[in-house]
Parts: sequence; C-alpha cells; structure tokens
Amino acid sequence: MTNFLRIKLSGAVLLAASAVLTAQQPAPPATSQQPTSVELRLTGESGTPPRLAVPDLLALSSDRETQEAARAISQVLWDDLNFEREFALIPRDTYKSIPAAASIEAVPFDRWRELGADGVIIGTVQKTDAGIRIEMRLYNVRARQSAFGREYTGSAANPRIYAHTMADELHDSQRQMRGVARTKLTFISDRNKEAVLATVEKRDVKEVFIADYDGANQRRVTINRTMNLTPSWSPDGRSIAYTSYRTGVQDILISNIFAGTMESPTKGVGQNWLPVFSPDGTRIAFVSTRDGNSELYVMNRDGSNIMRLTNNPAIDSTPTWSPTGTQIAFTSDRRGLNQPQIFVVNADGTGLRQISFESYADRPTWSPAPYNEIAFAARTGPGFDIKILGIASGETRQITFGEGSNESPAWSPNGRHLAFMSTRAGRSQVFTVDRDGRNLRQVTRDGNNTMPHWSQ
Amino acid sequence: MTRKTTVLMILAVLVTVVVGACSKKTPPVARPMPPPAATAVETPPPAPPPPPMPVSEPVPVPPMPVEDTIGSRSLDDLNRDSPLQPLFFELDSSEVSSEGQVVLQANAAVLRKYPAWQVTIEGHCDERGTAEYNLALGERRALAARTYLVSLGIPADKVKTVSYGKEFPFDPGQNDAAWARNRRAHFVITAK
Repeated sequence: MTNFLRIKLSGAVLLAASAVLTAQQPAPPATSQQPTSVELRLTGESGTPPRLAVPDLLALSSDRETQEAARAISQVLWDDLNFEREFALIPRDTYKSIPAAASIEAVPFDRWRELGADGVIIGTVQKTDAGIRIEMRLYNVRARQSAFGREYTGSAANPRIYAHTMADELHDSQRQMRGVARTKLTFISDRNKEAVLATVEKRDVKEVFIADYDGANQRRVTINRTMNLTPSWSPDGRSIAYTSYRTGVQDILISNIFAGTMESPTKGVGQNWLPVFSPDGTRIAFVSTRDGNSELYVMNRDGSNIMRLTNNPAIDSTPTWSPTGTQIAFTSDRRGLNQPQIFVVNADGTGLRQISFESYADRPTWSPAPYNEIAFAARTGPGFDIKILGIASGETRQITFGEGSNESPAWSPNGRHLAFMSTRAGRSQVFTVDRDGRNLRQVTRDGNNTMPHWSQ
Repeated sequence: MTRKTTVLMILAVLVTVVVGACSKKTPPVARPMPPPAATAVETPPPAPPPPPMPVSEPVPVPPMPVEDTIGSRSLDDLNRDSPLQPLFFELDSSEVSSEGQVVLQANAAVLRKYPAWQVTIEGHCDERGTAEYNLALGERRALAARTYLVSLGIPADKVKTVSYGKEFPFDPGQNDAAWARNRRAHFVITAK
C-alpha cells in the first residue's frame, strides 16, 4: 500500500478556487514518469474502449464529511471519465452489491469480471488532522494487477477536485490525452435580478460568472450593477477579459479573479468590446469603433501598441485566434450588408480570405490542435445552429438541429467539446456538446446564461 | 423724407430682419449653433441669432416655450416620458428610413431648444441576430442616428452612442410587432 504517488493538494489552492490553479501547477512530483509501481495501460476487448467500474470509495472514518466525500469523489470521477468517452463507464447502480475493498487482497476480481469490467477504480478516504487523505487505484481486472495509483491529501472543502485531478491523470496515463476535468467555464448570467443602475428602463444586470466545466461551483465574478458581456479567459486561467458597460458605454475590462484586481487596458478611448486573449496571453484582439466604424484591433495586454487589423466600411467583429496566434478568424458583412460571414486574416492584417458561405454566420471559435476546425453559429431557420468547418477540408458539418436557437460556441482546450448557448430548454442556458454532436449536457439552470468561454 | 416714410422704412427693415431670422431656420443645413451654455440648470432659451433689437410690436414667436415644463423636469422624469422619440429599423438594417428622418428632425428641434442637454443614443436589435454581431449592428444603428442628427446641426460632442445589441429588449415578445419595437435607436438624456 505504500507505492502510491503522493500528491498534496494544498488547502489554500483548493479554497482559492481550485481547478484553474491546480491545472497550471500540476503538483510537481506527480509526473507519471517516476512510478513507484509499474503503470500498465488498461485495454478493452478487441479495440473497444476499456469498460470501467467506479464504485463508492471506502470511507475509513465514520464522520459524515468523510462519508460524503467518499460518495462524491467516486460519482464525480465516474462523470469526468464518462465525459471524455475514452472509457465505457458501467452504470454505478449495477454494482452496488459488490463489496468495497481496502486492499488488493480484498478486491473481488471474479465479481468485477462477471460484470464485464476491464478495470475498476477502488480507493479509500480517511480523515486527517488537516483534512482528508484519498487513495485511489485503477485495477486491471483480467490481470488482477494495479495499473495506476494515486494518493491525494488536502482540504475536505471541495472533494470534487480530487476526482477531477484523478480523472485528468488517468486520461493522461491511460489514454495519452488531455482531459478537461479541471477546466472552467465563464459565462454571463442575469440570475441575480438586480436592476441596472442609471436607467429608467426595467433592465436586469448581467454579470460575469465562472463554474467548473460540469456546472458545479457556479460563482459570480463581477459586481458592478450594469451589463457585462463576452467573457474570455486568459490562457493561465487567472484573468477574464470582458465587455463592460460600467462607464455607460461598452469598454474592455480585465478581472484578475484570484488577485481581486481589475485592469482597463483600453482606458476609455472609444467603444471597445469582444476582447479575446492571444494563445500566449500577451495580446488581446478586440472590436472598436474608435475610428468611426466597427473594426478589429490587436493590443498588448496592458493596452499598449494598438494595431488596427481591418479597414472596411462594413462591420468587422467577433475575433478568435488560431492556436498558434498567427491568424485571426472574425465576422464581417463586407461581402453583403448585414449578412455576416466568417473570414480569416493573418495577425499582421494580410492574407484576408472568406471561409464561410452561409446566409448568416457569426462567433467563430478556432479549435486547438490537432483539430483544425472553426465552429460558428449559422442561421438555419428562425434561429441559429452550431456548425463546424474543417479548415483544411473546407467541409462544414452541423452539430445542432433547430432545437431552440444555438449560439456562441466555444471550444474546450482539448478540442473535443464545445460550450454554447441554447434556448432549447426555454430560456437561454449554457450547454456542452462533443464535437460530433453527441453527449449534450446542460450546464446552467438559474436565470438566463449566455456567451460561454472555456478555460485552458 | 418725411417722418412717416422714415418710420415705414424702419418697420420694413425690422420685418425683413425678423422674417429673415425666421426663414433661416428651415433648411436642415449645418449652421453654427449658439455656443453651449456653460452654466447649467435654468439655461436661457437660445435667442434667435441676429441683432439684439428692442422689439416692440410684432413678436413672431422666438423658439421659447411660454412655460418651460420640460426644462424643469428631473432627468429620470424626462427619460420616463421623453420628448426625444425613438426611431425604428428594418430587420438586419441600420438605414434611417424617411419616418426615422422625421423623428430625428423632431428630436433635433428639441435638442436645439435645450443646447445644454447631453444625450446617449442606445442602439438595440431584435433577437433574431446573433448576440455578438448584434453588438456591432446596434452600434451601427446608433451611429446612423447620430450622423443624421449631426447633419442637422446638433453638435457632435452632445451625442454619445452605445450598443446594447439584443441584450435589453423593450418588448420580450417573440413576434413581428415585438421585434419591430426592439430594433431601435433609443434616446437617453444624460445631463442637462
């Protein structure tokens, strides 16, 4: 039992807001390259995804907090693994009767084999002086061997983070892929129902929110009693740039969410909106009418070195960076008044070309490698649907089909999922969906929630 | 010359001046406005441009309300029942229609009457465009209204624009009438 990789998730990190921080500081000793046990890759039968069971962890302490953590961690881990579809997750209620095990000797491999499991994740949760200690191990059921093990210690305040971390590490070690379990979404919500200040109209404030990728831990970021729109993560997950109406007109603000500070890079010059960080985080592309018309600009993060990218009497809007930061896709109605299409331009303003040929297309979002795709919202009827354009192939596929209106797609950092806004549930809500259109999940339910953006 | 003819001539000059002053208002060409009264609150109404003559007999209505009920209202009251009318747009369009021009001419007349007012034109869209593109479309609508106002002689620095895209509809309905109400340039008085 001593051959776990031990990882301490510090309480401060967990409290401060967890996933984003830990995602970028992936606990130094935790590389799979220094195994204290042989780590085997789990395989499924004849090339199918490995079938996996994740029963409740065994609580070694009898207090309620530990008991609840044991249940929560296994459920969240099941959900995280199920989300990426790299494993075939066996429904948890089918193995309620299989007894929990605290050690490999106690694992009833025959029962798990009978259930058809290729792997089972078994572990324990124990109360400690400082919080909790979690041990989890993936067993290869056929080989009756441990394939992967981890031990985490830290605060008991948010047990979900241990499941998310385990899920990301399992995907990395077993499937050589980057999971999104510790990523976050930012979006706009009017759920607080507070009235906008300085207007006689009845208007509800819209504030920037963040949540775990699965919708847990939804929290408000801005409190300025006005409207805030189009939030966009910095690549390090520490800042969110957005459009705010705090000064009475649309302008760009950056909230450094852990430091609790704010920056105004455009310094009130003209009207500026739709900021998006470059992949290296040093620059921001945005839209401005500072020269009299909606044009694209790029500036350094601190607002210096403003460069105009477009020069056209039409609307140019909604920039998104290519993964390398060398190109920008955007929306323009230069080829047909009020019929916006997606265009691509080099980050220095050269090489402009049109890539969408819809009746109306907006909000491009450029996928990370290895996929070279741009998702966007296209008018398909009275409303919009999400389409994905392969840049190399030139082929477009549609992944939503007229259930409500579907807008504002944003890629997950591994390019396997999209967050978007849909009215299919009545009001405007944030959903996630896989790039093949499957695995649709509703992330928000409270108020109207729009304009999601996915952290790195 | 007799005294009678002198009096007649003076009268004639007076009439010409007054008529000239009146007729000069009509063409909507840019002309210098009276400088914005720096002092706030009870702004003296804008005097007709030409000579400050002791007018005696025919007082042909200078642009001065007999009782200034508008000027004395609070900003919130003004905006609740605004003397500045919104103008409306066709779907996906930011063109100021002929009806829109009439609205803007009326708004310009009000703004000339109250040169101290600062206004913001809010550009709004219906829900049938995307949220992001509508931010630019709303701005284009507000800018179109502003450009027309400026062409009527309203000083550019008195009129700001903002775009709310489709975020703050005036009518939550999902039908043609509601959408038509929501495609608008909406005037807000921000200072007086």
